[in-house]
Amino acid sequence: MSESPIIRVQHVVKSFGTVTAVNDVSFDVRAGEIFAFLGPNGAGKTTTIKMLTTLLHPTSGSLELDGLDPATHQTEVRRRFGVVFQDPSLDSELTAWENMDIHGVLYHVPRQVRRERSEILLKMFELWERRTDLVKTFSGGMRRRLEIARGLLHTPKVLFLDEPTLGLDPQSRNQMWTHVQSLNKAEGVTVFLTTHYMDEADRVAGRIAVIDHGRIVAMGSSAELKQQTGTDSLEAAFLKLTGTTIRDESATAADGVRAFARAWRPSR
Amino acid sequence: MTVVYILWLREVKKYLRSRVQIIASLGGPLMYLGVLGFGLGPVFQRAGEGSYIQFMAPGVIGMAVLFTAMFSGIAMLWDRQFGFLKETLVAPVPRLSIMIGRTLGGATVAVLQGALIFVIALIAGFRPSSLLVVPLAFLVIALIAVVFAALATAIGSGLKEMQGFQMVMNFLVMPIFFLSGAIYPLDGLPKALAVLTRIDPLTYGIDGMRGLLIGRTHFGIPLDLAVLFGVAVLFVFFGAWRFSKIEA
Repeated sequence: MSESPIIRVQHVVKSFGTVTAVNDVSFDVRAGEIFAFLGPNGAGKTTTIKMLTTLLHPTSGSLELDGLDPATHQTEVRRRFGVVFQDPSLDSELTAWENMDIHGVLYHVPRQVRRERSEILLKMFELWERRTDLVKTFSGGMRRRLEIARGLLHTPKVLFLDEPTLGLDPQSRNQMWTHVQSLNKAEGVTVFLTTHYMDEADRVAGRIAVIDHGRIVAMGSSAELKQQTGTDSLEAAFLKLTGTTIRDESATAADGVRAFARAWRPSR
Repeated sequence: MTVVYILWLREVKKYLRSRVQIIASLGGPLMYLGVLGFGLGPVFQRAGEGSYIQFMAPGVIGMAVLFTAMFSGIAMLWDRQFGFLKETLVAPVPRLSIMIGRTLGGATVAVLQGALIFVIALIAGFRPSSLLVVPLAFLVIALIAVVFAALATAIGSGLKEMQGFQMVMNFLVMPIFFLSGAIYPLDGLPKALAVLTRIDPLTYGIDGMRGLLIGRTHFGIPLDLAVLFGVAVLFVFFGAWRFSKIEA
């Protein structure tokens, strides 16, 4: 395992105006590992994923995915990863099969391969029987599974999962991670995930990075993090590293207007 | 090329599946044809302008095409809200092919809707002067569809909220329809109105259709076609440029 890392992030800074979302972050992800990126809301997890998936450019520093810079080799980098975003990105008016098929075309997967692999993945994620049903009839867990299956259709080297289990029941979460782990073993796909559920990270991730206020505050295996912080659970280690204060997600412009209105009309 | 095709197919499939939406979208045009057409018919006749249904049918077809094409702009808003837009934006394909696929899909749906209204107009008593001109009229319909589907893409690229679409409907789509001469003749209009009707691309589309279908044109068919084609090219470039600026 001495090969070069599949993801390399070096001294990356990303600012939005006066707000610095990611502040001098560096880490490597080795090919084939499951890497968890943990942090409170607004810590910079999604911003980092967006930079790695070519949707944002860093303000400074360098990123590499499979040796390529996402900013300058957009198309090549996009071929190499699959991504499941925090918010769903399926077309709910189409069937599961059609969603897979469109994805295959967008990623230039030859028709024959597309069909075979769609079948394998849909069966694996237990969606094969429902392949001709419209996605809008699917439950939250099924949608999530379909998104992951779709993200794997073009045999990516890296799979990004940004809070994939948000809003799922424990059964669906458990089943989803089982699938992800077996795929990681079977196909050697590198998994880069974020989650708020510490038990998930503890269970599936080989290595964990904890990010807070745009900086990495700890990195290592779950055991190492517990040892470093002198705690006996990852949750306790996480709280020790990031504190117990509640973070607000960055508000939208509308929230700003509402806050302003509240401030000027205090009584009702 | 398959990328353009699959995104085109997506739009068409979704249209054919949305029976309720198809029926709902017939309401407006039916109202215009049935109520306005027959209601104003006698007045129109007495003014020496001939049959109002004959006059108005191309206008109502144009209206259906305009509304349906512009609706593909709101579809983009849905895709943004429900995420599918992002799936296409991180795909390793040029933005241009995504935009072309979507726009052609939206335009095709608009042509299908126009064809549906055409049939309904025939049932209501509309008679084209000759069947031979019908394919040519559909060329005009296709041009109208491309013009407004591209405009919808351009606008949809910047829309972030539902309220924005209301603005577009009330301050752009409705004026385009009412200024197009779809429901009144273009001759002898007050100066200001005449100028406004000439800025409206739909005016040329409806005038061209009327010229072909009932032999009545204000600008002449060659000018109508030239303007439509020019505007279509312009709007496709504009739409592509706006689409390339979308941030995921």
